[in-house]
Amino acid sequence: MQQIKILGTGCPKCKNMEANAREAVKLKGVAAEIIKVEDIQEIMAYNVLSTPVLVIDEEIKIKGRVPTVEEIAQLL
Amino acid sequence: MFDWIQMLADGLVYGLLGLEQHSRWGEALSFFIYDSIKILFLLMLITSLMGIVNSYFPIDRIRNFLSRNKLYGAEYLLASTFGAVTPFCSCSSVPLFIGFVKGGIPLGVTFAFLITSPLVNEVAVAMFIGIFGWKTTLIYVSSGILLGTVGGYILGRLRLEHLLSDWVKGVLHNAQQEDAWEEERLNFRQRLPVIGREAIGIVKSVFWYVIVGIGIGALMHGFIPTGFFEAWITRDNPLAVPLAVLMGVPMYSNAAGVLPVVQVLVQKGVPLGTALAFMMAVVGLSLPEATLLKKVMSLKLIAIFFGVVTLCIIISGYVFNLIF
Repeated sequence: MQQIKILGTGCPKCKNMEANAREAVKLKGVAAEIIKVEDIQEIMAYNVLSTPVLVIDEEIKIKGRVPTVEEIAQLL
Repeated sequence: MFDWIQMLADGLVYGLLGLEQHSRWGEALSFFIYDSIKILFLLMLITSLMGIVNSYFPIDRIRNFLSRNKLYGAEYLLASTFGAVTPFCSCSSVPLFIGFVKGGIPLGVTFAFLITSPLVNEVAVAMFIGIFGWKTTLIYVSSGILLGTVGGYILGRLRLEHLLSDWVKGVLHNAQQEDAWEEERLNFRQRLPVIGREAIGIVKSVFWYVIVGIGIGALMHGFIPTGFFEAWITRDNPLAVPLAVLMGVPMYSNAAGVLPVVQVLVQKGVPLGTALAFMMAVVGLSLPEATLLKKVMSLKLIAIFFGVVTLCIIISGYVFNLIF
């Protein structure tokens, strides 16, 4: 099972990314767990400068922008 | 450059809707349509241009550049300039702050970036060009960058590192230059859809602020007599600038919402410098930002940060009034 993490402090962009990730998982029909990380110390452990960040299986895939559903689906 | 929009707006209001020329509602409506189209057009243009710059020059590269080079004081000016060209979302200010500290960038330089970032950005620039023209935009942008540079330098000299939150001090202790940085390797054709999407996203996110701001501005334009504000905010009143700034600090709006209102204030007799200082206080400092920063610094440091920036804004208000 894949693990998807959304890093973000709770701004609208981060919520959009989470919604798109859920949509992408449904679209692909894969088994994936989506975790929203809002704690700033935990976020900083990934050494990123801009949010939101998409992490798949502990690897940073996209940072600082909201990807489309299709884009996330391709990464899964 | 924008004559066609004015003709369109006038044709719509006076021709199609048949409102009387120079009537209050007619003037307000024509002003509203003209300003909305012009500003949305400029917003789309400038956000796309800035999007291209940012796609090739992302924040990670800026951080690494600042952390690797010894610049003998120029780093304040550079950080402030970078703050102007990077898009700013207040929710990113904390990760950004930590990221800079982690990369070994001095606190004052980080502050320089943080001060300029909300003051000068693509939305503010687009609206400034639309409302006040190129010359005023240039003066605003350069004074915004100067403000960040000076504010950052002062805060740097105050040596405030001990006022950071404990866990941030830990980060500071382990600070190191970071070179690791993987770039998304894309050509221009691949980047373009992303840039376009981002630009549309930004315009969408400020759309209602712009419309409501212009709406309020249009009503004031049509109904408040010229010179109305002069009664109490006059050029001769030495307290006008600090009062306007202190009123603006706790308020929160982005440039998109506040600029149309500032435009009308100026038209109705408020000195441009006083109005600009008010605007800088509204967009540059706010209570929500203070709440966010609480996660990384003590209340005392936030107070000093806000105090220094407020002072700088007041001074620039006086300077603006001398220039204009």
